[in-house]
Amino acid sequence: MNFEFSEEQHLLRDQARALLAEFCPTDTVRAVLDSDNEWDQSLWERVADMGWTATVIPEAYGGLGLSHYELAILAEEMGRSVAPLPFSSSVYLASEAILAFGSEGQKSEWLPKLASGECVGTVAMWERPGALALEQLATRRLGDTVSGVKSPVPDAGVADVVVVLAHSDAGLEACLVPMDQAGVQQQCVMTLDGSRGHSTLTLDNAQAEVLGHNTIEPSAWERLIDGAAVMFAWEQLGVAESALTQARDYALQRFAFGRAIGSYQAIKHKLAAMYVKNTLARSNAYYGVWALAENSADLPLAAATARVAGIQAAAFAAEENIQTHGGMGFTWEFDCHFYYRRAKLLSLVIGSEAVWQDRLVSGLTHQPTVAM
Amino acid sequence: MDFNDTPAEARFREEAVTWLSHNVPTDDAFWALTPLEQAKLWQKRKYDDGWACLGWATEFGGRGASPIEEVIWRQEEARYELPTNFFLIGQGMIGPTLMAWATADDKARYLPPLASGEEVWCQLFSEPAGGSDLAALRTRAEPDGDDWIINGQKIWTSGAHYADYGVIVVRTDPTLPKHKGLSYFYIDMRAPGVEIKPIKQLTGDADFNEVYFTDVRVSDRQRLGEVGQGWQVALTTLMNERAAIGGGIGKMDVDLAIAIAQDVELDGQPAIDNAAVRTRIADWYVQEAGLKYTGYRSLTALSRGALPGPENSIGKLVGAPKMQAMASFLMDLLGASGAITDEALAVKAGIIQRAYMGAPGMRIAGGTDEIMANIIAERVLGLPQEPRLDKGIPFTDVPTG
Repeated sequence: MNFEFSEEQHLLRDQARALLAEFCPTDTVRAVLDSDNEWDQSLWERVADMGWTATVIPEAYGGLGLSHYELAILAEEMGRSVAPLPFSSSVYLASEAILAFGSEGQKSEWLPKLASGECVGTVAMWERPGALALEQLATRRLGDTVSGVKSPVPDAGVADVVVVLAHSDAGLEACLVPMDQAGVQQQCVMTLDGSRGHSTLTLDNAQAEVLGHNTIEPSAWERLIDGAAVMFAWEQLGVAESALTQARDYALQRFAFGRAIGSYQAIKHKLAAMYVKNTLARSNAYYGVWALAENSADLPLAAATARVAGIQAAAFAAEENIQTHGGMGFTWEFDCHFYYRRAKLLSLVIGSEAVWQDRLVSGLTHQPTVAM
Repeated sequence: MDFNDTPAEARFREEAVTWLSHNVPTDDAFWALTPLEQAKLWQKRKYDDGWACLGWATEFGGRGASPIEEVIWRQEEARYELPTNFFLIGQGMIGPTLMAWATADDKARYLPPLASGEEVWCQLFSEPAGGSDLAALRTRAEPDGDDWIINGQKIWTSGAHYADYGVIVVRTDPTLPKHKGLSYFYIDMRAPGVEIKPIKQLTGDADFNEVYFTDVRVSDRQRLGEVGQGWQVALTTLMNERAAIGGGIGKMDVDLAIAIAQDVELDGQPAIDNAAVRTRIADWYVQEAGLKYTGYRSLTALSRGALPGPENSIGKLVGAPKMQAMASFLMDLLGASGAITDEALAVKAGIIQRAYMGAPGMRIAGGTDEIMANIIAERVLGLPQEPRLDKGIPFTDVPTG
């Protein structure tokens, strides 16, 4: 039994945590939240210099060719620090989509730039409220152009290239759309997490290249999303751990009725419940990353389990962290809301809790899944 | 990461599998015995071939196996449904206590027959006045020459009715503060003045007992630890409790929930297609898989010769309420039939109903949900204890209800 990260991987965690503690303290998050910025560009450059954006991209395309174990470690630290970066959009989604579906030429053109961080990528899936139905997308690809409205698209304001999910007469396609063109209109939209940018993208005969010059099976897209779900689960775990740490620290230092509030069972039991959910989320995330890294047939179930556990742990810890802080937790000045915002944002980005609970049970009963 | 044994572990597993395949009783005569007789026969057979109490030193009847080897053995033995619960408390909790605190003569006398199952032990800790607050116990021991005279009452004593020996914590000095006036003895359960009364549980079974002590004479040589050191000795026993309790969650798992939900209908559709049903099942699977993989993480630590982290402390706190909630929900799916416990008529021979009726006990035994949450909050998260009104004052002055 070897269900643990390697020594080298633990060292990577230490290194990532130290770097983000130094260059992404909560002041950094606050600065983005308080401004019109969509990200902290200098932090992005630092993270890219460390090679984090190149982690799982093969060496042939300018990447480091490491495994998803390493990426999972970085994802947790991204969540822990609530980093105001387009890391998930560019690394878990756009790079992976191009790697999975791109032609040799498309991979050679885009992956080195995504690996180096000089380009930011994102994926445009959502079109309207409700669960995403891959067979009902309104965005259309005709010839070498694509048209439609995608919203919200995370990090589109800082992206250089967008993978747009669309339909043509042939079926479902993922289209590469460079942002810098007349056919793409980008308009910022406010979301509940202003430390990350979101946009509405209006595509009007935008120049587009179909990834792999072919349709993709919905199941292949779902395989990609399963992989992303594992990474999001690690990021959600990081958020949950930070929220628990903040709640614990406050419970030790805040006194009421002559003693630390952390000595009251009402608070102790709340924090113990956070620890329980975080532990379940961590163990499920371990299995998720194992299934992803080893390309196990168990991935759909493992990913859904990790995702549901991550959603639940992050939401609970973020909500109850505010509650533990009382009135101060409801202020702009305290950092509690960073975790509350990010936890909810991450729970919505690739399909929400009910969708993944449904996928989980499909995984258990080996039913095919369609919705996302 | 991988889930494979190391080469040494694989060799050990192979050895265990081979021995089990040749030695697990299959004859009708064995299954005609009472469960206790079966357990004793099976334990003795293991003992004779060196497969009992694997982690114990050979001089005490074990084989000096590593913790991971013990786990491998338990995994393989669990593939056969053999009665082993009778020895959990004695071998899991009391054996380690004797090793830590008993004299060399007593260790040589008592540990081998405990390992072989020829002598069964029970643990006499809880009292009517002290459950979660164990140290509030009132059973007294007063010195009389080289002996002590014990008077009082214990409760929730598992297996007292078939145990040969017991370990007991008693108050030897009520003028000292609560934890300081305690001492720890082992006793002969057949000594004059020991009276055992079964407690009928809400399930209708009687696994526990009340044990009354009326002028029970115990030699001072049966004391473990110094006079007044009983709490420390008790902690040795309790530290091993989590290993010994919590095995019984059994077959109430998500596989069963899915089987039921595929079998019954809601609104004219299989219940498994109902979104509310799927949500509940998904949440239980998150807990079930989370505990399983938490166990794998602990096994990895053991396999590397390290101590597991505190993450295993969540097992009973998650598992017992889950069992209760799941059993309740599955009975709901069955509708009025869910109430049937008659084994011949009930779905799955009534295991859902038995789980539901047993679950309240699981949530209490070995530390209530609330105590388990306190333990996580205090020992893992480092939060302070609640202020204690009985701290530092003589036991006789502690307010009682």
